[in-house]
Amino acid sequence: MSRADLSLWRIFRIPLLLVALSLTGLIGALLDNGLWDGLGAALLAATLVIATAAWVRRRRSRSH
Amino acid sequence: MRSSTIRAWSWVHTWSSLISTLFLLMLCITGLPLVFTHEIEHWLLDETWAPANPDGERLDLDQVLDAALSRHPGEVPAFMSFDTDRPVVNVTSQAPDAPAGVYTFQPIDQTSGEAAPLVAGHPVMEFILQLHTDMFLGLPGMLFLGLMGLMLVAAVVSGVVLYAPFMRRLPFGTVRQERSARTRWLDWHNLAGITTVAWVLVVGGTGVVNTLAVPIIAHWKDTALADLAAAYSAPVALDERASLDAAVERAKAALPGRQLQFVAFPGSDYSTDNHYAVFFHGDTPLTTHLTTPALIDARTGELAAVSPMPWYVKALSLSQPLHFGDYGGLGLKIVWAILDVITIVILVSGLYLWVVRRRRAP
Repeated sequence: MSRADLSLWRIFRIPLLLVALSLTGLIGALLDNGLWDGLGAALLAATLVIATAAWVRRRRSRSH
Repeated sequence: MRSSTIRAWSWVHTWSSLISTLFLLMLCITGLPLVFTHEIEHWLLDETWAPANPDGERLDLDQVLDAALSRHPGEVPAFMSFDTDRPVVNVTSQAPDAPAGVYTFQPIDQTSGEAAPLVAGHPVMEFILQLHTDMFLGLPGMLFLGLMGLMLVAAVVSGVVLYAPFMRRLPFGTVRQERSARTRWLDWHNLAGITTVAWVLVVGGTGVVNTLAVPIIAHWKDTALADLAAAYSAPVALDERASLDAAVERAKAALPGRQLQFVAFPGSDYSTDNHYAVFFHGDTPLTTHLTTPALIDARTGELAAVSPMPWYVKALSLSQPLHFGDYGGLGLKIVWAILDVITIVILVSGLYLWVVRRRRAP
């Protein structure tokens, strides 16, 4: 754990990425069919994958 | 952030959540099977069925209507809709003394006039849907759930604000496993909450818009259809109505290239007392969700108006798929269900955190 407080940008950069991915997926699947149906679901699912990956990485680095 | 500011946001987060948690849990739990309504009804109502005369001539819409009403004499037609994958026309009618919202729904084989099996509206799913929509309390129940949706929005916004001070020394993804259960669950609550924030706001926000469906449609009727409604002093009687089939053909000619979706009969929620409102939707992915009605004078069969929907009805129309998650195939529905379950975890962990903190407070 670092001593200095994290900047707002550091705190919110990944959450902002997740919001962008979610909204692109949600709206993309609404605007187009075919490829976008799968892509919309994939973008939304990607947010969960990214969060899980971050948790796994933090768990490893904290246990050392 | 100053500690007084944090306390204020914390107050908003605590109370907006506490007031709504029980109802949001109900909405999440009933919403889970509703995401798969189409699949579940397909399974519950699975019945092999073929039209009586697949190659024969189709009955016209007046004949279908007569066939349906002859089984329920005295009822007044309200809506007619059209299945896309079988030659079936659905007639919705209402007894003149029936309470609001109580309808008779009949799928009719367009090749014979006989009843066709239901492919939607299984009683179990209807029960869950009703609980989810208004808790069997009608419009007040719907508006109340809308208010709970606004509480959810307040809880999410305040949660995002509070995320910053809570996470000021913790990189994204941190869950402090070595600490107490309360700290561990706080970290899970924060991680799950910040990860699903966009989806929860979209589903919650569109849910709130959907609870306003009744006033939105009533306002549209009172404003956009006001001039048409004023054209006659008395509602058109059943025996003065021109051919429905001809009215639909006239409407199709007025809106070529669009897909017929449903007909609202005179006196129903979606029309005036004197017109058939024939609703069409577009054929692009986006315009499938947007309808345009052609209004046909029910006495003369003449086209009275083509009435493009105002922005607030369009907003309502687009809120439906974005709330139901039924617009992007099974893959999207599965992700919808996973996010719904995560939301349940956020709600329950939030409640747990409040209980634990209260117990500790002096």
